[in-house]
Amino acid sequence: MNTPENKQSEKVNRRDAIKTLFTLAAAYTATGCKRDADALRSFFQTNFREMSPEQLASTVERWERRYEKRFDREVKVSTTPPQEDVLFGYALDVSRCIGCRRCVYACVEENNQSRDPQIHWIQVLEMDKAKGIDLMHADAYYDAEEVPQEDKFYFPVQCQQCENPPCVKSCPVGATWKEPDGIVVIDYDWCVGCRCCVTACPYGARHFNWTKPSLPVNQLNPDTEYLGNRPRPQGVVEKCTFCLQRARKGRYPACVEVCPVGARKFGNLLDPKGEIRYILENHRIYILKEELNTQPKFFYYFSI
Amino acid sequence: MRTIFRIIFNGSPAYFIWVIFLLACIIQGLLAYAGQFTEGLIVTHMRDSVSWGFYIGNFTFLVGVAASAVMLVIPAYVYNWKPIKEVVIFGELLAVSAIIMCLLFVLVDMGHPERLWHMIPFIGRLNFPSSLLAWDALVLNAYLAVNTFVVVYLLWSAYKGEHYNTRIVIPLVILSIPLAVGIHTVTAFLYNGMASRPYWNSAILAPRFLASALCSGPAVLLILFQVLRRITSFEIKDDAIHKVAELMAYAMGFNLFLFGAEIFKEYYSNTHHVVHYEYLFFGLHGEPSPIAWYAWTSLVFSVVAFLLFVVPATRRNFFTMNLGAVMIYFSVYIEKGIALIIPGYTPDTLGQIYAYTPSITEIRVAAGIFGIGFLIFTLLVRIGIFLLFEKDNLVREDSALENKVGVVRPGEDQL
Ligand code: SF4
Ligand code: SF4
Repeated sequence: MNTPENKQSEKVNRRDAIKTLFTLAAAYTATGCKRDADALRSFFQTNFREMSPEQLASTVERWERRYEKRFDREVKVSTTPPQEDVLFGYALDVSRCIGCRRCVYACVEENNQSRDPQIHWIQVLEMDKAKGIDLMHADAYYDAEEVPQEDKFYFPVQCQQCENPPCVKSCPVGATWKEPDGIVVIDYDWCVGCRCCVTACPYGARHFNWTKPSLPVNQLNPDTEYLGNRPRPQGVVEKCTFCLQRARKGRYPACVEVCPVGARKFGNLLDPKGEIRYILENHRIYILKEELNTQPKFFYYFSI
Repeated sequence: MRTIFRIIFNGSPAYFIWVIFLLACIIQGLLAYAGQFTEGLIVTHMRDSVSWGFYIGNFTFLVGVAASAVMLVIPAYVYNWKPIKEVVIFGELLAVSAIIMCLLFVLVDMGHPERLWHMIPFIGRLNFPSSLLAWDALVLNAYLAVNTFVVVYLLWSAYKGEHYNTRIVIPLVILSIPLAVGIHTVTAFLYNGMASRPYWNSAILAPRFLASALCSGPAVLLILFQVLRRITSFEIKDDAIHKVAELMAYAMGFNLFLFGAEIFKEYYSNTHHVVHYEYLFFGLHGEPSPIAWYAWTSLVFSVVAFLLFVVPATRRNFFTMNLGAVMIYFSVYIEKGIALIIPGYTPDTLGQIYAYTPSITEIRVAAGIFGIGFLIFTLLVRIGIFLLFEKDNLVREDSALENKVGVVRPGEDQL
């Protein structure tokens, strides 16, 4: 039994068996059963950053097919690269914010968040004027119909796009990273759903899909980005991307556009004549949890 | 192979009832997990505010149990203290079962368990060295591999009636000591490194982990040894049991001291961060906390158990010693399973309070995993006892102990 020839042939047999398996898998993939083949390809899909342009193209196509089937309409998934010499920054005028939560809902619509259970990338906190910025006395569940209250002020919090992001550091599989334009993104097809990043983020900015997100067909925003607002699966983490799908095409994020009092400003931190730079140079700035050295690119300021 | 089957399928009615009970736990756990797998983790009570809960709590506790095998290995090998050496292999079996449970608890906590391969170095994209969970996965698997290898090798040599090769066993056993410290330290660092959660961001977290682990694991073993020597021919000297109890007393004393140091710092400096301890022991904003009851029980149990173990008279009395061991087990289980994780998340990073307690699904899945772990442990212990002590009745029992369990003994000159 254990003669060398036998061993040799055993080895060959095994190799053949593996080869057959692969051929079968390939044949299976190539034949009509598109759905199953897609599932198989999704399973073996590699990290966004490791894909060749061809792989990326076919992956995007696969997702478009899948979304079209699910929503019964055309859905565009783009992979717009970051622009050169751009570092996005955000400034929020605490003295103007009235706590109406319009930014929260505009964000939900623009970025295809789950409607039920609700996921909100922006939390607006109501705080006592007497206590100042004090999270321990903040209320995220105030009634937005009754704003603004005389003795209160409002303090919206969302992903701060940290330059030194603890969420990225904590991810065991490198499913989240900082892009060259400063935006921290997540590969929803690579995230294993361990929620290390949710724990590591000091701003409550990361949200987990505890179940399959519900997104009614007529409420879908079909203009999506791979690393941004495309519909997410169950069991992965998501968060604000400064509306990557808009920002990289030179538009304002949805929350900036919708704010009725103009409390939200957005732009390129590297542009010395930009609005953001003007605010940073001329107003009193507050950085949330500055002591943690996360170096947010989200600045609170006080214009009055 | 046949012998192994014989060992597994033969036994007293009590053994069969135990195994059937464990199988029932496993099956109901699988059913609960199937529901979670399709519905998502929404069937747990974890939410964005408290994003790790009972699963990761159990994981943390079991890492401690696994690491504590080292507590027996150090005195046995380093000081070459004979009575304990005989029992070391059971510490290693316990470690193997505990690590398997640990890995299962991490698995059921994941949103996408089928993507686990993303964590395999080179095939996936392990974020090493910056992610502490990546470190944890590596050391846990290394610890599992080393212990499994040693256990299987020792049992295999015993089976063949051969003497084991010291040059293989000793270095691996020695290696398992830093690895045991490593799995616990790295697990502590997983929490410790989160600047976002001041409750965990304290430098004595890792030492506290070690101290409490050195109580809980041996607590399991103490009870186990007494059961074993009653129902099998495996002999364990009272001396060995009391020595383990004594070591536990020191560990518990140290654990209480570290806890006191933490409490002093929080309450004396009285910064904002004290809210987490307030939530643990009392409650916040006039709302009583649902976990305060556990926290106080854990504290009272650990103080009482410490007193029982530190006084020689109660330590040597089997009734009070067993009482103390059970108390220590529960105290550490609460400390790691509940009092470590939940207050770290409450209030959350934006000051909001979500009162978490585990859901029925979480408890059922956890029971299933404990079922798997206990089943593995039961079978391994049975096989171990048979191969080491009962297989060969021709040899005088004493010398059987020398040759077979003593297998794990290092040559004195080598140390
Ligand atoms: S705010 Fe949170 S999610 Fe956003 S980059 Fe910073 S740590 Fe990451
Ligand atoms: S939940 Fe996803 S993105 Fe967050 S740390 Fe885990 S794998 Fe990374």
